[in-house]
Amino acid sequence: MLKINNVSKTFNRNTANEKKALIDLSLSLQDGDFVTVIGGNGSGKSTMLNAVAGVISVDAGKIYVDADDVTRLPEYKRAPYVGRVFQNPMMGTAADMMIEENLALAYRRGERRGLSWGVTKAERDIYREHLEPLKLGLEDRLSDKTGTLSGGQRQALTLLMATLKKPKLLLLDEHTAALDPKTAKTVLEITERIVERDNLTTLMVTHNMRDAIALGNRLVMFYEGSIVIDVAGEDKKQLTVEKLLQMFDSVSESGAVEDSLLLP
Amino acid sequence: MPLSLFNLVDQLPGSVAQGLIWGIMAIGVYITFRVLDIADLTVDGSFCTGGAVFVILLTNGQNIWLALACSLLAGMLAGLATGIFHVFFGISTILAGILTQFALWAVNLLIMGRPNVAISVNNYNLIVSLRYLQEVIKGEKPFYWSPIFTVGIFILLIIGILYWYFGTESGMSIRATGANINMAKAQGINTSFNIVLGLMIANGLVALSGAILTQYQGFADINMGRGAVVIGLAAVIIGEALFSRIFKNFALRLLSTVLGAVVYYIVIQTILWLRLDPNYLKLLTALVVAVFLAVPHWKGKLSILTSRQKEGDNAQD
Repeated sequence: MLKINNVSKTFNRNTANEKKALIDLSLSLQDGDFVTVIGGNGSGKSTMLNAVAGVISVDAGKIYVDADDVTRLPEYKRAPYVGRVFQNPMMGTAADMMIEENLALAYRRGERRGLSWGVTKAERDIYREHLEPLKLGLEDRLSDKTGTLSGGQRQALTLLMATLKKPKLLLLDEHTAALDPKTAKTVLEITERIVERDNLTTLMVTHNMRDAIALGNRLVMFYEGSIVIDVAGEDKKQLTVEKLLQMFDSVSESGAVEDSLLLP
Repeated sequence: MPLSLFNLVDQLPGSVAQGLIWGIMAIGVYITFRVLDIADLTVDGSFCTGGAVFVILLTNGQNIWLALACSLLAGMLAGLATGIFHVFFGISTILAGILTQFALWAVNLLIMGRPNVAISVNNYNLIVSLRYLQEVIKGEKPFYWSPIFTVGIFILLIIGILYWYFGTESGMSIRATGANINMAKAQGINTSFNIVLGLMIANGLVALSGAILTQYQGFADINMGRGAVVIGLAAVIIGEALFSRIFKNFALRLLSTVLGAVVYYIVIQTILWLRLDPNYLKLLTALVVAVFLAVPHWKGKLSILTSRQKEGDNAQD
């Protein structure tokens, strides 16, 4: 499904602020995998997501979605493959446009946009159908501006936009981090439901270890631009926060992490 | 000589006609400034380009409608130039616009051959002319000869076409590009292409407006577009200040921009009528535009201050 082969990325190369964000990173996802991604600030998890989405270009390595090499494709040309939800709820929707217009833009993700109507009557019914299960009352507010919604509502809408046209790959970049705990829980539940319903291949970056353990069938942990822990299947089901911390301690003691710390 | 109210009223139709003509340009400014969320300074040059292309084609015996269409296309090319500077050269939109505007001075001079080319309504069947306005007022011609009527029809057509276009998939991608560029890219919209397209549409309208003004005043002049972008901005913000509460729909917002331009010209005319020195007009216009542009910023600051005040009150409870 998704294959990241030996990808490296360095920001501000040859300056005092040089930062190796990804170091020879490889990660391979099977169809229907739901991988949660954790790691500290600057560990490279968001950089990986941005590299896959095409927001940043990589210095070395290849990225494949199915058999297609997307490494050099610009961001907008990767949209047919990728649905995305950002950390900032303001980033995923256009505040000055109506809910239905936002959805209509997403409904045509990756398609040619010609001179037929931007939103049609038949579509509105589809949108209502999709909005109703969110239980946020948005199905009755199709012509409201997105700017009038709360952060949680906007994030739920962005999630719907990312999946309205089934993506090959769903990228969630700490999409509940900016929400209050209760709203975050709701959005996470909606996420789980949609991913399960459509059997979406998903990469979910999160700061919350509990969420990372509870959701998905695989967990990877980033540290200094590399994946240091990779747990899947039964092991993942048995995982607890304590075990995860222990694993991290043993990895850092083994020297693998220390080496990467010492790299110039 | 005392101020005569009669004079003021007498000049009103002229101001309205001028306001409507500049209103077409202001619609162009609205598209870049409000829809695409960029300040495009190409306008000061492309306005004259429209006039120059029109006047040269007409004096060379071309059909007047063809000349108008070519003006529109020339303006679109000017927008394309700015778009290329921005997208392929990576120059900021403001600087890209300034570069094109600067270059257009030479291009406009090249097109016209001299700084000023006149077209007399005696020799050409113009669509709009100041002469027609005077003749309609005197009762020598029926009302539909009035530039207020003809330009009004133009404006309704333009607003109608734009309203349709910005409701299509293609037009909606331009709106999405201006509204949230990250979201647009994530939805697979080629934002670079849409910025260029938006600049082309906007400058096409600006040039068309320049061609119509050339007919109205009977000449094209190398300086005719100077300060156009500020007049356009003034029209946009005056329109919003006066009508934003009642005009929510896109077509009506374009209309309020045109009405903003009309109000601007009535205000200018009133200032002239008060015998204030017209040399200070630009200063006054700049100040008015600055203050109106500042209002949303100040409102934001005010709400932060008041919320702090409330927090302070609560803390004392």
